[in-house]
Amino acid sequence: MSEPIIRLESVAKAFGRVVALKGISAEIMQGEFFSLLGPSGCGKTTLLRTIAGFETPDSGSIRIDGRDMTGVDANRRPTNMVFQNYAIFPHMTVAGNVGFGLRRKRLTRTEAEHLVGEALSMVNLDGFQDRDAHTLSGGQKQRVALARALVLRPKVLLLDEPLSALDRQLREQMQSELRNLQRAVGITFLLVTHDQGEALTMSDRIAIMFDGSVAQISTPQDLYTAPANLKVAEFIGSMNFLKASVGQAVSGGTEVEIEGLGSVLVPSDRTSSHSAGLSITAGIRPETLSIRFGPETGNGSAAEGVVTKRTYFGDMTRYEVQLQGTERTVAVSVRNTSDRPALAEGSPVEVQWDANSIVLF
Amino acid sequence: MRNGFRWLSVYVGAYLMFLYAPVLLLPIFAFNDSSVVAFPLQGFTFDWFRLLIDTEPLHAATRNSLMVASVSAILSTALGLCAARAATRHSFIGKRGIMGLIMVPLVLPEIIVGVSLLVVILQAGFNLNLWSIVLGHVLICTPFCTVILSTAFANLDRSLEEAAFDLGETKPATFRLVILPLIMPGIIASMLLAFTISLDEFIIAFFLSGTETTLPVYIWSQLRFPARLPSVMALGTILLFISLALLVTAEYLRRRGPGRSGTADSGGIL
Repeated sequence: MSEPIIRLESVAKAFGRVVALKGISAEIMQGEFFSLLGPSGCGKTTLLRTIAGFETPDSGSIRIDGRDMTGVDANRRPTNMVFQNYAIFPHMTVAGNVGFGLRRKRLTRTEAEHLVGEALSMVNLDGFQDRDAHTLSGGQKQRVALARALVLRPKVLLLDEPLSALDRQLREQMQSELRNLQRAVGITFLLVTHDQGEALTMSDRIAIMFDGSVAQISTPQDLYTAPANLKVAEFIGSMNFLKASVGQAVSGGTEVEIEGLGSVLVPSDRTSSHSAGLSITAGIRPETLSIRFGPETGNGSAAEGVVTKRTYFGDMTRYEVQLQGTERTVAVSVRNTSDRPALAEGSPVEVQWDANSIVLF
Repeated sequence: MRNGFRWLSVYVGAYLMFLYAPVLLLPIFAFNDSSVVAFPLQGFTFDWFRLLIDTEPLHAATRNSLMVASVSAILSTALGLCAARAATRHSFIGKRGIMGLIMVPLVLPEIIVGVSLLVVILQAGFNLNLWSIVLGHVLICTPFCTVILSTAFANLDRSLEEAAFDLGETKPATFRLVILPLIMPGIIASMLLAFTISLDEFIIAFFLSGTETTLPVYIWSQLRFPARLPSVMALGTILLFISLALLVTAEYLRRRGPGRSGTADSGGIL
């Protein structure tokens, strides 16, 4: 996890008048599980296909394992791809599919068969060699596609929305399997997905993309707790956005006047770029807010409000609370425990916050 | 409503009769023991088929037709393959116009194709022979082949090609190992259809044949002799069943293609 296996420098690409990539620069480290996350049409698939060699960048350079990839075709690159619809060759057996890339490697028949068996075992498809590929289920095709790419030991495995066609249960199972597989083989995985849950659970690092540009590259934790801008914050998870104005700097932080909450002391590491008097937006995730259920829970300041809506999720209950003195409602997620009764709509409540979890934009 | 439905049924029945009754007369009179083609039937005989076996010029015409049909089928499928590939995988300036022009012979009167080719070939100083017929037949078969093969390509998932290329194969090897096997049903269907069209074709063959003729032209020449009519009926019967068998096989293969490549069926002639 030290040197970059992929180095992108100002990679730009347009299809006619549609600009798909606006000069992307990024480094992906050796052995990393890296995700490109973004809404559809943000250019993440184009970027993946450009790295694979299916698209030629208009400008900028791509280096893989130190080698400049300009003019290198997809079949000569040290990358292999798992396609969104798997692209399993329907007229071949499973072994024919997995061994497809080995035919140019000048192996003996037994060597090749051994490698195919090994790859199938890696994706839990032992003994599937002679099955006809077009008879496989979606999940099995997915595994064959993985085995077919991994058997070549690529420097980077590219995955284009590989789980989007699977049903939810299978998708969650494959997420953890993919993660384990990546750990086991140690190959760099580069995943494209529009599913933030998928990106957050599997990745070491995530690049979040909007409109052909990278908005933030960071670990899943940082992406969630410290989104770089409003757009990232809106895209990842859910967040309350409240109007705020920056006040006096005091020891340990800055006083910020937040709509409905009043004056909040925000720690200095979160306020560095905000000078006094500025009108800003404060972002607070619903699970960092809490409702005071008895005098014993929590201390410090709280804001008064009224419950306007309750949604029950089983492990959590989500309340919409209208804060006193504002038109605003905030979402508050409360973990359901035996000492926390369900609050009826219209109940007066006190909402508490954690100043360390507030993000200022 | 009920009444309207009954009239529609009668119409459909009459329509189908009109289409197929004359064709069904062919096999009936082919086995009729009389040199006059008329009802009532005179008894059952294989004589007319036996006569076919003894007619040497017929055999020559059959050989010519098979040669012309085979070569036309191969050439028009090869040309159709290129056109279909270009139409479904590449975008280029004037694509719609060019594809339209390729399809025009589908509706162009054959007599115009025949006459104009005749003029060009004679003006260019070439002799009329079986190859000039092949030329004409490739011209009219290629649009059909292009339609069938475009369906085959359109049903082929593009990422299959990319996957093969990504796995290290060259472009030609990708075509040979992945694309060709998957569109093979379409290729065979295209060849069968072109073969059938060429085998039956009369007008172009009539204009462009030299001393050697094809089967339909030979049959036409025999119609001048009323006594030969029943044996022509016998020959027609054989051709009818061969054509039917080829068309059914072509359509069967075309439909089997999508099933294997796991995509939806669309298009096709039948």
